[in-house]
Amino acid sequence: MPDQYKVVVDGNEASVPGELTLIQVCELAGVEIPRFCYHERLSIAGNCRMCLVEVVGAPKPVASCAMQVRDLRPGRDGSPPQILTSSPVVRKARHGVMEFLLVNHPLDCPICDQGGECDLQDQAMAYGIDFSRYVEPKRAVNDLDLGPLVETHMTRCISCTRCVRFTTEVAGITQMGQIGRGEDVEITSYLNSSLDSNLQGNIIDLCPVGALTSKPYAFVARPWELTKTETIDVMDALGSNIRVDSRGRQVMRILPRNHDGINQEWISDKTRFVWDGLKCQRLDRPYVRNQGVLEPCDWDTALKAAAGVLASGRRVSALAGDLVPVEATFALRKLIELVDGKCECRVDGAALDTNSRAGYAGTARIEDIDSARRIILVGTNPRNEVPVLNARIRLAWLDGARVENFGDVTDLTYPAQQLGNDVDSLRAFCEIALQDSVEGMLVIVGQAALRHDGGNEILALSLALARQGAGLLILHAAAGRVGALDVGFSCVGGIDEALADAEVIYSLGVDEMDIPEGPFVIYQGSHGDRGAHRADIILPAAAYTEESAIFVNTEGRPQLAQRASFPPGQAKENWAIIRALSAAIGQPLFFDTQAELRSKLFEEVPYLEDIDMVPANPLQSPRQYTGGNAPIISSAGDFYLTNPISRASAVMAEMSALSNGRHQQIPEAP
Amino acid sequence: MQRKFHSVQPDTFAFSAENYAWAERQLTKYPDGRQASAIIPLLWRAQKQEGWLTRPACEHVADMLGLPHIRAYEVATFYFMFQLQPIGSVAHVQVCGTTCCMICGAEDLVEACRQKIARQPHQLSECGRFSWEEVECLGACANAPMVQIGSDYYEDLSVADLSEILDQFAEGGCPVPGSRRGRYSSEPAGGLTSLSRDGEKPRLAPAVALAVQSASRRREV
Amino acid sequence: MLSDRDRIFTNLYGMHECSLAGARRRGHWDGTADFMAKGRDWIIDQVKKSGLRGRGGAGFPTGLKWSFMPRKSDGRPHYLVVNADESEPGTCKDREIMRHDPHTLIEGCLLAGFAMGSETGYIYIRGEFIRERQLLQRAMDEAYASGLLGRNAAGSGWDFDLYLHHGAGAYICGEETALLESLEGKKGMPRMKPPFPAAIGLWGCPTTVNNVESIAVVPTILRRGASWFADLGSKNSTGTKIFAISGHVNSPCVVEEEMAISLRELIDKHCGGVRGGWNNLKAVIPGGSSVPLLPKRLCDNALMEFGWLSENGSGLGTAAVIVMDQSTDVIKAIWRLSKFYKHESCGQCTPCREGAGWMMRVMERLVQGDADISEIDMLYDVSKQVEGHTICALGDAAAWPIQGLIRHFRDEMEDRIKTGRWNVDRIAA
Ligand SMILES: Cc1cc2nc3c(=O)[nH]c(=O)nc-3n(C[C@H](O)[C@H](O)[C@H](O)COP(=O)(O)O)c2cc1C
Ligand code: SF4
Ligand code: FES
Repeated sequence: MPDQYKVVVDGNEASVPGELTLIQVCELAGVEIPRFCYHERLSIAGNCRMCLVEVVGAPKPVASCAMQVRDLRPGRDGSPPQILTSSPVVRKARHGVMEFLLVNHPLDCPICDQGGECDLQDQAMAYGIDFSRYVEPKRAVNDLDLGPLVETHMTRCISCTRCVRFTTEVAGITQMGQIGRGEDVEITSYLNSSLDSNLQGNIIDLCPVGALTSKPYAFVARPWELTKTETIDVMDALGSNIRVDSRGRQVMRILPRNHDGINQEWISDKTRFVWDGLKCQRLDRPYVRNQGVLEPCDWDTALKAAAGVLASGRRVSALAGDLVPVEATFALRKLIELVDGKCECRVDGAALDTNSRAGYAGTARIEDIDSARRIILVGTNPRNEVPVLNARIRLAWLDGARVENFGDVTDLTYPAQQLGNDVDSLRAFCEIALQDSVEGMLVIVGQAALRHDGGNEILALSLALARQGAGLLILHAAAGRVGALDVGFSCVGGIDEALADAEVIYSLGVDEMDIPEGPFVIYQGSHGDRGAHRADIILPAAAYTEESAIFVNTEGRPQLAQRASFPPGQAKENWAIIRALSAAIGQPLFFDTQAELRSKLFEEVPYLEDIDMVPANPLQSPRQYTGGNAPIISSAGDFYLTNPISRASAVMAEMSALSNGRHQQIPEAP
Repeated sequence: MQRKFHSVQPDTFAFSAENYAWAERQLTKYPDGRQASAIIPLLWRAQKQEGWLTRPACEHVADMLGLPHIRAYEVATFYFMFQLQPIGSVAHVQVCGTTCCMICGAEDLVEACRQKIARQPHQLSECGRFSWEEVECLGACANAPMVQIGSDYYEDLSVADLSEILDQFAEGGCPVPGSRRGRYSSEPAGGLTSLSRDGEKPRLAPAVALAVQSASRRREV
Repeated sequence: MLSDRDRIFTNLYGMHECSLAGARRRGHWDGTADFMAKGRDWIIDQVKKSGLRGRGGAGFPTGLKWSFMPRKSDGRPHYLVVNADESEPGTCKDREIMRHDPHTLIEGCLLAGFAMGSETGYIYIRGEFIRERQLLQRAMDEAYASGLLGRNAAGSGWDFDLYLHHGAGAYICGEETALLESLEGKKGMPRMKPPFPAAIGLWGCPTTVNNVESIAVVPTILRRGASWFADLGSKNSTGTKIFAISGHVNSPCVVEEEMAISLRELIDKHCGGVRGGWNNLKAVIPGGSSVPLLPKRLCDNALMEFGWLSENGSGLGTAAVIVMDQSTDVIKAIWRLSKFYKHESCGQCTPCREGAGWMMRVMERLVQGDADISEIDMLYDVSKQVEGHTICALGDAAAWPIQGLIRHFRDEMEDRIKTGRWNVDRIAA
């Protein structure tokens, strides 16, 4: 490779690309460099000075986060430059920086929520700093009120500016800044305003000290008391990788895990702060409606009642809601087949096409956003629907990509050129693009576009672009949708057909639609929300943190969620309920364990076994629609209240109230 | 010192027609899309118009330049010539206190300000017409000690000189800036050691002449 | 002693006409286009040959710096930025150029701009210099009106626009990358280097930042010849230099002298000597607040040039000479500089942000003698922890005066502690 450079890190020679920074090179060489301000997903600030290393021959230590390999000079004899990471010079320099950082940092670790997971504390230990040399008065800084999510203790701030860089660069809001000068600099939000972003919780993770902490989690637990479970989020269809920390039965907090292809290392505030909703409004025992009133009962009674209805010969339709795992839809489909019923998961009526997988899972991967040069949004508001993905689009824009929009959305944290807001304009655009070029184009189609009139044609046009070579991302909001379609949980006529003459409806966690009056309803789900209220029988089920399950995200990537805690009361895992119900009907399904269920599933839908892989999706010629015109709508909806868990969360309710009636912002230019 | 917007603020700000036109002209100094560069000159003009830099003024300038308000606030709090609270309507005395001036008697000038104006820097005098602060090196060290009042430097000062200057301001006068030791500008007080000249020099050094001119223009208005 | 014939700034005190006509009479703007006709390389070569080193403090060879600008534009414009922030305590030389001899600077900008392929220059003047700004702007307007700036500037065929921009009170904006940030409308927080401004400077374009004096001497160098300049001064410190002498001399002043003049001659010839006589001298800061002071012992033989001063633990800096006689509380004098640096630290990087305040507070107690003797070593150590670990050189500048004090006046510091002079609140003026 042309741009390879030789460097020697602590005696070990390596050959690396010239644009790498020294901190990256050291990392590759297995040497961890301490840092506070540097973060690989943010711009380089170089202000903390903790990452100083010695470059042999250089007059003074250099900040490894900011120096690129190509800027190093070789030795006089032409030998490769040498980096020392633990020489006396380096240790002295870092010791000095540590001491300075502690000059104005309160030594209140025992009462600090960051205690035990504080970068500063760790480094202070590592450098054996005794704090005695600074005897002058310390600075005190007033705290900010950033709203219900982020608690501030600004006296602890070390001015690394990560929070400012994250909010301006990634979240795309312009409220945070650093005012003042010298030792009086202060991180602040403009006039103490709460942050207008649904990604703000990430600054809690980014803050290397305890200046920004989680308000809901404040003093709830100490890190070492927690059980940590690596799993998958379902608050949107991104499939963000998360870690759920629990103590006993309770989920105490949710943190992001890194996945370059999906959420990088961010999560939305709903993902992070929804956990109080896991405790409230829970269905923890079965219910059966008796003379109009839902009455608690035991499992036996409920299952018998449900089996009776299902086996009564009435016409059954099963519907799947937004948060359902693959195993549950697969098992339920098998059960419904036994009674000759219909299944449907497109409960919002979205015109997703099941003829080929591309018709509902698109052809592009999320990370294709990064390299797209032209991003076409069709009927979607990603800032609201999938905030983390929106941040990725924003970064592509900062990187020079053009964003264009069909629909009625504004204020995405980046400018999107408005191309039209109806099907006619999209059709005209496609005609030109198909003749011209779709080079570098990525089309992102939202559910709102497909849900309304003209949805069929919008999808057909998008698929036509995809056939020509454009990337197509069908942006789902429901974490369970793609998986349900993968296991064939759909019928030809869609939701209308499923509802048409149904006498019994089996509602697997359907809470985002009103089931019409008439049919008998069996509801299986976790929360006492809209779906449960309409039910005649309630079968209490686990929520997403309470069972191991496969979810397929919006790009069609199957991922495995793990159980972090147990379902409350008598609630059971979803697949197990369906298995029990089949036994109650007298036709037990083919599996006794989840493993058996999965092996059948993988037999029928082999690509689901390839966890974390995005299969290449076949793309069939869409039917041509030459329908009339219709407006393209970009969903609005309340970000904080999209599913029963979030509606049960007090924190989400507070955020929802706060976000109503906020002003608009000017996006900052690159 | 922590610099923040003052707690009491006017509701609005608008540039006068003349200042607005001036501001628009400033924008032409910078390439297209780089108008943010004009922020310091514009904030400064707003401060001149209002006497101090108000929050509405700061936000107005940010809006003119298409900048988020926080960016303008950062700038306003970073640069110490922006007065974020009201200052004396007649004179705000900025005493240079850095070493060169200090060893030439700046501390006495500060003390004089305490006595004649207000105990604390940035505090308004009882009449509201005066205030003072100690500032860092003003770049007139060969004429130490000195103070800046408005656009002008008063140099080679004794306490009595400063006193007299303040009295003149109080009486509505415009004391002539420059050296109070009879120097023309920064030449040696004892007489020229270089650039010896024949012929007459102009009566006033250029900067002093400018000050006198603008004072007389002010008086006419 | 330099003769008036060899002085570049012949209107340093503003006693002659400052107008374009006056400047022309003094020989400025003479043959400007002819120099440009000889080409960029010729100009850079002349400047290199003259041995001119930057007058802003760091002393980097000016011609060499210009040669770092890309030979050909890759489509981005090139910028010349003139550093007229002059905020280093003790320094008041650029002020005299701008208010009294502005045409030296303007003509220099055209020549320097041309030599680095720049059609646009910005002069960044400190906000406090309001009259200087007005006078300089007046001269620039005159130059525009006479066709010396703008299209086909001075009939050279080169288009050159020059703009005056001002700051609003921040010493750090004299640091060249902080200046660029400020000129872009941001807080003046220094950038990390590399990349250097010649690659990525103002608005991401190739840029060279030079001090006012560095630019203003160039036309005369070209007119009188590189060797004329090179023959003045000493080997690595050629030419003339504007010195600003303040403090305890009989007549403080700003004066242009030959490089490498002895400190004593400078003070005796131009400043009427040290107040109370040479033997009443205690210490001199020879190059602006950022360089370590020299005790009397070293002042006796001091030469005002880069080499001698750095060999003797100080530096030429901006050639701002601060003279302190025996009446001076030298600890307090240095404490006041610590206070300055604490006030002017931009707050970006840790060692400077936290260290400057720490050092100032310890110095404050040392002035009072309210400290432990061991704290002198601790202070030295803290200053070493700041030095060399910051983004820009302000950290070093904050450390050096203190190191100089401890090096040369440790006894006095210890005495103060031992005798407990608690009540030193003012020093003799
Ligand atoms: C803290 C700091 C302040 C500075 N202030 C000034 C200044 O006021 N004027 C100046 O010309 N250079 C100043 N400099 C030096 C500039 O960074 C830069 O080196 C200089 O403008 C280059 O010009 P020259 O090569 O012509 O000397 C300062 C440097 C530092 C680190
Ligand atoms: S050394 Fe001081 S002034 Fe320079 S970048 Fe660091 S904090 Fe700012
Ligand atoms: S991590 Fe490099 S300076 Fe902070």
